[in-house]
Amino acid sequence: KMRLSVASLFRASRQLNNVVNGKWTTTHYTIKDRSKDPRWAEVDMTRVADEYDVVIVGGGPGGLSAAIRLRQLAEAAGKECRVCVVEKAAELGAHTLSGAVIETRALDELFPNWSELGAPVHQKVTAESIAILTEKGRIPVPIVPGVPLANHGNYIVRLGHLVKWLGEKAEEAGVEIYPGYAGAEVLYNEDGSVKGIATNDVGIAKDGSPKDSFERGMELHAKCTIFAEGCRGHLSKQVMNKFDLKEHEMSYGIGIKELWQIDPAKHRPGYIEHTMGWPLTSTQYGGSFLYHIESDGLPLVSIGFVNALDYTNPYMNPYQEFQKYKTHPSIAKQLVGGKRLGYGARALNEGGYQTVPKLSFPGGCLIGCAAGLLNVAKLKGTHNAMKSGMVAAETIFPDLEANTTVTPSGYQPALDQTYVMKELKACRNIRPSFNSSLGLYGALAYSGLFYVIGRGKEPWTLQHGKPDNEKLLPKESCQPIDYPKPDGKLTFDLLTSVSLTGTNHEENQPAHLTLKDDSVPVDINLAKYDGPEARFCPAGVYEFVPSESGSGQRLQINAQNCIHCKTCDIKDPTQNINWVSPQGGEGPKYNGM
Amino acid sequence: VGMRVLVGVKRVVDYAVKVRVRPDKTGVITEGVQHSMNPFDEIALEEAVKLKEKKSATEVVAFSMGGPKCQEVLRTALAKGADKAIHVEIPDADASKLEPLHVARALRKIIENDKFDAVFLGKQAIDDDANQTGSLLAGMLDWPQALYASKVEPDGKSLKVTREIDGGLDTIKVTLPAILSADLRLNEPRYATLPNIMKAKKKPLEKKTAKDLGIDLTPQTKVVEVSEPPVRQAGGFVDDVPTLIAKLKEKGFIKA
Repeated sequence: KMRLSVASLFRASRQLNNVVNGKWTTTHYTIKDRSKDPRWAEVDMTRVADEYDVVIVGGGPGGLSAAIRLRQLAEAAGKECRVCVVEKAAELGAHTLSGAVIETRALDELFPNWSELGAPVHQKVTAESIAILTEKGRIPVPIVPGVPLANHGNYIVRLGHLVKWLGEKAEEAGVEIYPGYAGAEVLYNEDGSVKGIATNDVGIAKDGSPKDSFERGMELHAKCTIFAEGCRGHLSKQVMNKFDLKEHEMSYGIGIKELWQIDPAKHRPGYIEHTMGWPLTSTQYGGSFLYHIESDGLPLVSIGFVNALDYTNPYMNPYQEFQKYKTHPSIAKQLVGGKRLGYGARALNEGGYQTVPKLSFPGGCLIGCAAGLLNVAKLKGTHNAMKSGMVAAETIFPDLEANTTVTPSGYQPALDQTYVMKELKACRNIRPSFNSSLGLYGALAYSGLFYVIGRGKEPWTLQHGKPDNEKLLPKESCQPIDYPKPDGKLTFDLLTSVSLTGTNHEENQPAHLTLKDDSVPVDINLAKYDGPEARFCPAGVYEFVPSESGSGQRLQINAQNCIHCKTCDIKDPTQNINWVSPQGGEGPKYNGM
Repeated sequence: VGMRVLVGVKRVVDYAVKVRVRPDKTGVITEGVQHSMNPFDEIALEEAVKLKEKKSATEVVAFSMGGPKCQEVLRTALAKGADKAIHVEIPDADASKLEPLHVARALRKIIENDKFDAVFLGKQAIDDDANQTGSLLAGMLDWPQALYASKVEPDGKSLKVTREIDGGLDTIKVTLPAILSADLRLNEPRYATLPNIMKAKKKPLEKKTAKDLGIDLTPQTKVVEVSEPPVRQAGGFVDDVPTLIAKLKEKGFIKA
């Protein structure tokens, strides 16, 4: 194991290259401490600070609902309440990616007249189907009341647009929203409670040294900090460890999605379908969604594939599984003659009820997908995120009177009384019921008996077992999977897809995909698992390339491609990859995804 | 010395976005698509703010003309060091018909009422690649112009400007007042820090309309059609040099 001194990094830095001695080298300050780095000795590291009542990290449906609710309460009580939302995307909605078919129950509560106010929620579900796909065929699954994927009365939305609209309402309500600034660091009071967050520094070069344009981030102090970063938020990960909030490891899936404009003759606005089975094997959890939505007069289809991340075969390539699924006759016929407009991916929670951590801690709380509140059986998280944001706001607001740090201890008990936890509890055994050797068929049998009929009242709770990253088997026990080549009409190569996300990051900054140990990618990931990161990343960030030092291969991290999905942070076998926020305003530029 | 600099900043579709042509072929889709400050304008602004920091300029005023959302770009300009902002607002529906000539007219009117020593612009906007506003304005005002600047040095009542041209670099001296357009290598713009974004809310932002300025916005040009570039045909491979030569002769690139 080679030890890199700062001096050798400095020498190599003249090439502004992350590769030192033929090995990828992490230069981010979260791994290479700046306080010991001579290049930073003369740099003024003081930060400007501002005080708020509540700071919310993440401008998604959950964060914005919490912000709006706080301001609604303040307005009704005639009280001052400074609420701030920071969002790493350049604009609200640019990092939002979801199917999505939503239940409007939370929106109904937040804005009963949302339709008059012009919320972009128009497309009611008009017809639905669930099927198990075989290579060429399709076995319909009856949709009886109680089937978790029954969607009568729900709406198909372009969630990014709804988030944008919520942002406008939040600003009207007096919330200060700062897109383009990432929460980069959690700040603590002397007593260990959360004091707030600091936003990202800017102007650090690829080699970790300060550029002329270096500027410190800003500190946002709050009586209470709400973490609404979505699934596997990086600051949420830190506070969960700091305050020991987890009882069970969370479990995840990766959702990959495309937006298509299809032949108007084939368009059935309001038609939705979900499938399981092909191309996944019967013991691999996952499935598809396909929603026909009319948007601004255009015949659009939101199509996507969820692939559970507890997969065992390191040769699994979720992106390729999705491309393959599109070739199924019943799917291809809908897309043929259409045009692909968008692409993106995001990790999502599958753990459900069993893996929801303790939600409050001194100075803050977790809401939405950061708290693991997505209902994977229904494939819905938006209503839970919004409701949890509102409940958090309602329990925090009264405590803001006192001029001290607030510990929202009433939040989780209050949330337990709502539909959020009740529905998660009822569905809790559906996902784990898949994990027997009966796979899909075991799950269908279990769900049919205990959920559709039994309404989730069975007294036992199935567990998920080991964390997702530990379930990967060594390459010797597994077979590589042969994926078909893209045809450029229905299926596409990865890099063309990535270009549709509009993602970009300033090149001259340390890679935000950090490695705790730079030797692990070659010594473990490649040697034992044949480099699974090159297959699970939906943006082509990770590649193994010939090493400049002559022998073998090294890892190459194309950080600019990153679409902030967090899959690598979840699935790296030894948890060596730690995703941290890059500079704010970077990453994907999704439009209504 | 102590120039007052007017900096034009345009709100354009963000450079990283993949644009799509409208179904009716009248332009590209801009609704819901991310926008930001034209990158060359960021460079122009940075140069003006640098001059202020070196005490060669006393005031930097940011200017933008377009729909209501131009304010976002002006706020960013204020956060990056501009002292004041002027927004010539026109209805969203008319924004796509705005031409460099109209912008030049607006700038001229503003300058007629308010003495400026220099106008800094980006060399071109990344949405229309027009590269016209600076030159049109110079003609209207009869001011010297220094375009595609890659280095700017104040020199008494003049500016010494190194310009990037096809053949290399060209250094000229222009007496103030003058027009300057910024090229890529002029500087690396600073970031808009969060504290500055917050302070920018308190800096003055003045709104005017075309009517206030008394300018004519009649379009001089009409867009007939916008279409996507033709799909690139796949190339072919040849096995050896003789075959390559034969193919080149076949296609008429070299004489048979």
